[in-house]
Amino acid sequence: MKRFALAGNPNCGKTTLFNNLTGSTAHVGNWPGVTVEKKDGVYKKLSEPIAIIDLPGIYSLSPYTSEEVISRNYILDEKPDCVINIVDATNLERNLYLTTQLLEIDVPVVVAVNMMDVLEKAGDSLDEKILEEKLGVPVVKISALEESNLKELMEVAFKASQKSRQGDSILYNKDLNHLIGDVTIAFKGKKVDNPLFHAIKLVENDEIETKMHEDLLPMVEDFKKTFKDETFGDDIEAIIADERYNFISKNFSKAITKHEVEVNKVKENKSDRIDKVLTHKIFGLIIFAAILFLVFHFTFSENLFFLKGVFEANEVAPCFEGSIYEGLFWTDAGINSPGVILFNFFDMSFSGIIDATSAAMEAGLGEGHWLTGFVCDDVLTGLFAILGFLPQILVLFLFFSIMEDTGYMARVAFILDRIFRKFGLSGRAFIPMIMGFGCSVPAMINTRTLADENEKISTIRVIPFFSCGAKLPILVAIAGGVCEVFGFAHVDLITYSMYVLGIVTAIVAVLLLRHTTLKGEAAPFIMELPQYHWPQFKSLMIHLWDKTKHFVKKAFTIILASTIVIWFLSNFGWNWHMVDDMQDSILASIGMFIQPIFTPLGFGSQLTAIGWVFAVAAITGLIAKENVIATFITLGAVAVAYLNSGAVDPEILAAIEADEEGVSATVQMIQATGITWQGCISFIAFNMLTIPCFAACATAKGELKKGTFKFTLAFWIIASFLGAGFTYAFLSCFSLETLAWAIPVTIALVVALVITFITIFRLEKKRTLGA
Amino acid sequence: MLKRLDEFVIGETGLIKKVEGEGRLRRRLFDMGVTPGATVYLRKKAPLGDPIEVTIRGYELTLRKSEAVLVLLEVEDR
Repeated sequence: MKRFALAGNPNCGKTTLFNNLTGSTAHVGNWPGVTVEKKDGVYKKLSEPIAIIDLPGIYSLSPYTSEEVISRNYILDEKPDCVINIVDATNLERNLYLTTQLLEIDVPVVVAVNMMDVLEKAGDSLDEKILEEKLGVPVVKISALEESNLKELMEVAFKASQKSRQGDSILYNKDLNHLIGDVTIAFKGKKVDNPLFHAIKLVENDEIETKMHEDLLPMVEDFKKTFKDETFGDDIEAIIADERYNFISKNFSKAITKHEVEVNKVKENKSDRIDKVLTHKIFGLIIFAAILFLVFHFTFSENLFFLKGVFEANEVAPCFEGSIYEGLFWTDAGINSPGVILFNFFDMSFSGIIDATSAAMEAGLGEGHWLTGFVCDDVLTGLFAILGFLPQILVLFLFFSIMEDTGYMARVAFILDRIFRKFGLSGRAFIPMIMGFGCSVPAMINTRTLADENEKISTIRVIPFFSCGAKLPILVAIAGGVCEVFGFAHVDLITYSMYVLGIVTAIVAVLLLRHTTLKGEAAPFIMELPQYHWPQFKSLMIHLWDKTKHFVKKAFTIILASTIVIWFLSNFGWNWHMVDDMQDSILASIGMFIQPIFTPLGFGSQLTAIGWVFAVAAITGLIAKENVIATFITLGAVAVAYLNSGAVDPEILAAIEADEEGVSATVQMIQATGITWQGCISFIAFNMLTIPCFAACATAKGELKKGTFKFTLAFWIIASFLGAGFTYAFLSCFSLETLAWAIPVTIALVVALVITFITIFRLEKKRTLGA
Repeated sequence: MLKRLDEFVIGETGLIKKVEGEGRLRRRLFDMGVTPGATVYLRKKAPLGDPIEVTIRGYELTLRKSEAVLVLLEVEDR
């Protein structure tokens, strides 16, 4: 099968063209070894099927980001049968810069001038014959959006692919061309493919090229000694870039008939007017905060537009009262947001499925069979708990995709860059972090937009510290339990401080990472700000569908497997027999074994014999954070039995099971284990900062470069121990019994942190001064 | 007299005379069309004064002041 590669600048409509050419045959994967998306599909409307490969958007063939390296290597090494170079008709000048480089490669090239509809609407016209003549390759005018001329483009490309093509240069400096000619001959002698391309890149002092062909460098160096240009001196890099642009502006002005005569004259179109408001000096930040609030409001709120008061005043009954879908659209507490409606719909349907399965199995197997418990309570519940997140993740993703597609996200980076640079990150990093408050999974996927690898790793590592939706139940249940047992009045104060703790830890961690192991200045911020445009329904849907497939696959493989393993560990003893009491299970003995390591955090060996439940809850939390409180509820009976030396009061048990938030179970746990309130809060802190859930870990592993994931796991473990340990020590200062050890330990920890920072900054200052 | 791009005020236009810096950063500037001979119009600054947004070669480009300092221009009268 012939292979055609699509190459072009970002924002030139490449993805739209790809979607329209390949339709449902599109397949999204990753390029080997990196997390840059690889998209391929098949075009079927010619006499033979053609494989279409969508290369990452690039501005030039000189490597700058990992994406550019991929595009360059694909064209050079994989040798596609034809390269279709998409250029944006509304911005020919910069787009053709890449074209002049593509032409230097020995590969058939067809130039597709896209967005002709926009150009013509503006009253401009373009003569493709002039372009064709100057570039020496076929030029086809298309509109990917309106799907016009696509068949013709493919036919021209097919014809071009039948003949081989020699690379050709548009550079015109005589002396320089002489040198390029010599180097080309040298490359030919070495039997290197694409000699002209490599020769020009070597002369341009290209990073990859100079490393690969050091032996030929003296040729260029010798030439530089005798060469002197009037304006540029021996700055060959500048001369070549200048010649490319000169060539373009010379021919471009002839090919295009502009409505407005002056190209650089600043004209105000709709996009500019929108931009004026959205990036306004004062309102820009406020508007951004408002948009962000609305996104989260529409995704997570159970009280849309704050109508709770109206609902209460009129005593509105929940919708579908009495059915399994009770409260789907609204409850007496207000209207649900679209995200919550979807979440409820799945959640309620899943409960229905579980109940039906459970009833059917009980009818067949008899009451209380272990298999019923296994299938319904463990496997299905575990699986559905994860799948239940999908709707809200998708809604969140949809909003952020719209912001991305409209071009607003680039402006967000523009607005916030100044603040983030202080921490060694670029403005771009804000989006994944804020998404972390919803769910770590889409947040980590979003880090793909970060250009710098170290910046990306740092961001992925701190994303879990922005407490996600699934960690909220931990906060609610334990903070509620603490308030009830120890007589605090303010649950919200504990919740709020825990969120702040997460953010502060993230800031400290980023500062430390960016100045030690993941060093680096904030990556250069030289970025195109594309024109605003409406998002396209089709590409949004394709985007969401890809994410769904990815997520569902994960839920049914790694997460399903881990659920089964935990079920086994918590229901079987070391003798491989099922246990009646979870206290005899393998999981309990593992919990007891690791319990001592939590002693410095306040929920380890200082607790009573049943203290292992905290350790076990933390372990089950690794699968999904909901499991932490679910474990408390399951183990509630054990706690009650322990408290009353074996006798279980059925009333308390019933209360535990009826309390969905898990506060009653937590109260029992606190009383049975004898944990202090400091220990409880430290336990919350630990769960917020430690290794995130399975789904997030799997995503992180996929997004991170090979070999960095294990360090990331270690980082999370260390962060949670330090964070929770510090919380425990600090809070213990407020209690008379523990004050004696707590104050010195807290001071020591603070001093250690300050010294670390001072040392790092000193060392860095020295290095910069030395250099 | 040449003026550096980071010293431009909003609404000022200039003709690039020289691009300093080295390696990948300079390469990137060239690739984005920031080359001697190009006309630059300073459109806007971010709410905190940095980065800046310019119109160059018919499109909008944003860069930080620390990168703009590398670009020397001849101020054009409007």
